Amino acid sequence: MNNTTLHSAGTEGQLAWYAAVAYEDLAFNTGKTIRCDATEVALFKLSSGTIRAIQNRCPHKDGVLAEGIVAGEHVFCPMHDRKIDLMSGLVQAPDTGCVTTYPVRIEDGQIYIGLPAAKEMAS
Amino acid sequence: MGESREKLVLIGNGMAGMNTIEHIIKLAPHKYDITVFGSEPHPNYNRILLSYVLAGDSKVEDIVIHPMEWYEANGIHLYSNETVTSVDTAGQNVTTDSGLTVAYDKLIVATGSNPFMLPLPGADKEGVMAYRTIRDCEIMIEASQQYKKAVVIGGGLLGLEAARGFLNLGMQVDVVHIVDTIMERQLDRTASKMLQEALEAQGMNFLLEKQTESIIGDERVQGLKFKDGTVAEADLIVMAVGIRPNVALARESGLEVANGIVVDDYLQTSVPNVYAVGECAQHRGAVYGLVAPLYEQGAVLAKRLAGAETVPYEGSVVYTKLKVSGVDVFSGGQFMDAEDTKAIRVHDEFSGIYKKVVVKDNKIVGAVLFGDTADGTRLMQMIRNGDDISGLEKTAILRDNSGSGNGGGSGVAEMADDAIICGCNGVSKGTICSAIKDQGLTSVEEVKNCTTASRSCGGCKPLVSELLSYTLGDAYEKTSGKETICGCTDHSREEILAAMKEKGLSHVKEVMSVLAWKNEGGCSKCRPALNYYLAMLNPTTYADDPTSRFVNERMHANIQKDGTYSVIPRIYGGVTSPAELKRIAEVAEKFEVPTVKFTGGQRIDLLGVKKEHLTQMWEDLDMPSGYAYGKALRTVKTCVGDTYCRFGTADAMGMGIQLEKRFERLNTPAKVKMAVSGCPRNCAESGIKDLGVVAIDGGWELYAGGNGGVKVRAGDLMMVVKTESEVIEYTEAYLQYYRETGIYGERTSEWVKRLGIDTIKEVISDPEQRAGLCARMNETLSVTKDPWKEAVNNATIRKDLYEVVEIKS
Repeated sequence: MNNTTLHSAGTEGQLAWYAAVAYEDLAFNTGKTIRCDATEVALFKLSSGTIRAIQNRCPHKDGVLAEGIVAGEHVFCPMHDRKIDLMSGLVQAPDTGCVTTYPVRIEDGQIYIGLPAAKEMAS
Repeated sequence: MGESREKLVLIGNGMAGMNTIEHIIKLAPHKYDITVFGSEPHPNYNRILLSYVLAGDSKVEDIVIHPMEWYEANGIHLYSNETVTSVDTAGQNVTTDSGLTVAYDKLIVATGSNPFMLPLPGADKEGVMAYRTIRDCEIMIEASQQYKKAVVIGGGLLGLEAARGFLNLGMQVDVVHIVDTIMERQLDRTASKMLQEALEAQGMNFLLEKQTESIIGDERVQGLKFKDGTVAEADLIVMAVGIRPNVALARESGLEVANGIVVDDYLQTSVPNVYAVGECAQHRGAVYGLVAPLYEQGAVLAKRLAGAETVPYEGSVVYTKLKVSGVDVFSGGQFMDAEDTKAIRVHDEFSGIYKKVVVKDNKIVGAVLFGDTADGTRLMQMIRNGDDISGLEKTAILRDNSGSGNGGGSGVAEMADDAIICGCNGVSKGTICSAIKDQGLTSVEEVKNCTTASRSCGGCKPLVSELLSYTLGDAYEKTSGKETICGCTDHSREEILAAMKEKGLSHVKEVMSVLAWKNEGGCSKCRPALNYYLAMLNPTTYADDPTSRFVNERMHANIQKDGTYSVIPRIYGGVTSPAELKRIAEVAEKFEVPTVKFTGGQRIDLLGVKKEHLTQMWEDLDMPSGYAYGKALRTVKTCVGDTYCRFGTADAMGMGIQLEKRFERLNTPAKVKMAVSGCPRNCAESGIKDLGVVAIDGGWELYAGGNGGVKVRAGDLMMVVKTESEVIEYTEAYLQYYRETGIYGERTSEWVKRLGIDTIKEVISDPEQRAGLCARMNETLSVTKDPWKEAVNNATIRKDLYEVVEIKS
């Protein structure tokens, strides 16, 4: 669309892989909002260089997770400070809940996100 | 697999029953197929914390213990908003008001209690209610928007908490009590009178030794009439005279009922396979209406039903704490003096502290504490353990000895694993100790986060601390008693600042690694604090770390609950121009801003802006950021002053604009608001600002530490100066001193209280110190840049922070 050029990649099993951004273009510990129709994904590059992708809304009160403070393997929701594990999507104790996590892979410096393909098959 | 499970049915989705279920799931996760019936439409919530909801300190969601998902995740069938109407103990099934019948192998009755409603003439009028459920809370909050005057009948624990809630809701409140001392079942006369005074100071009005004869009014209540012929006006009446065990269903079902449902030491009723727990149960003649006993009962019942070995339940020694902010009251055990008891008393009328410990046969049997309740949990343990105190010095009993390093001093070592440490949240010693061991916890804060112990009223913090000491030994002693900046470190703010200076640390990451942070990457508490402290110490050389800033300060706009932002441009002193207003209006139209609002700080708020539109909007506005989002100078509110006002004695607008231009973009430990009034009529509300300036004949008064927010505080008069340049000079010194000594997140109102206004006066009156502070302030202000302009002109910032990537499917 208008912001960044993108193209959809092929489907694989239940997932459809989409090119999101170039690995180099992602700032460390700063969430990036990725929109795909009604789905919003928060994409992170951790201090370790690892890429993580999770659903962009906190299960507690819909806080925007891409804007949270990233610490190690966790993000803190900017709304009410829920601490969420970026690997498992689990909200950390004493709070409860979890967010959807999405698989990512990097090819030729490009980050791809795997989103459920059901929608595409239906259309 | 499901078919082989026994069927367990719980009647009553309250704290007692669900606490039992929670234990059973832990002990025997696959033993039962569990069904829960609750009459209220909510999941299980912490009823004790209702007073916090009413006081506005918590939301309903915050007091939910188990959200709906928890029931689902644990395979529990929850029927909320559904009431069990009959139990067939022969056929072993229950039937509900909707006609549903469910069979059981084991049945737990946990129907709790009902508020007791005085059968007064007129008690059926609209506006007469109880205080027991979330719904009651909601009705009270709704009523406060329409009505002004509430009367609470009953001066006990619940009545006083309800009354405090009404005060918070902005209503006038009378508390009617039948005898001449409030909370007489928990307090002796001295403590009761001290409590009454403290509550009167908060605005509560007491009508003591009054017995209500009737409630007057037409359809809705208008007041009440007492036996002595006097009347009191009321728009709303809350009856808080006590509770009665809810035993109707049990009685109809043929269970043996006295005051409550009669149970044995294993919580079994007179009928096989039927158990009762909590406020509806009567054990050895006693019915309890407090939380700790029901947790103790629940632990025994859960073990029994899980098939685990358990000691019998032998009754509870009860204690209470009043949950009213600003008043600390504790009472436990047998606290009244009797012929065979002696007491140790401390009564400090200057500090408003009263402590009484009742001793019988060399053992502590009860205690009342007012003003300082830190000893409460320790004394309760001594009561429960039956410690012999003949070897102890009498006055030492009241002195908190937790600092002595003797971990066994309070008897935590001897406590049973299932003894409840945190009464509010029902957390046992065993749970806390295994969390400490298994998860490597080292501070009270971490225990709170992992187990919820001490999260609510905080009264058990000393005990949690002793458990840490008992579990970790010397390893804990080193760190205990120190105020750390968060759970990631054992270091205090002072130690961290000293290390930053001595070791010349210059990055957030460097601080965390040099000082051996326990969590990789820190957390949302320490990172912003470290970023602030580093910038404060090295104003010209430090490179700000945006990833350690809270979203609003990183994005330079306020995030709203729907994820959009609000944009507030700087309008110096609240003075604008037609041209500026037109430009704001055009930008609002161009970006289809859904809401345009004037703020309390005399400027314009554009709400509902998408993140990807922010930078373009700032470019079009071409105005500086108003910093309405930061721990920074927000606004300088002004009145028109002598430019127009017939009372004005000085140029308030001009002074305000000067101050705002001088201090804009300055980061401070917490937000700073200022105001300038042109005369003592104080139309700019200078008395409740972090810095308030008031013009007087021939000079200016400077007020410090005022606050109009959560805790309203009038500013202290700090200084009277003659000229405008002196106003700037003293403000520089004041704000810099706050920047250097304030704890991150601490408002000036708390800071002034902590340091004392006299200390601050002394420092900024001293010419040498003032010059130093002003020089450091000048250095800090010399390097600030407008963040909106920076973002507009910097493609990397725009891409990293404001871009949204759209994927086409």
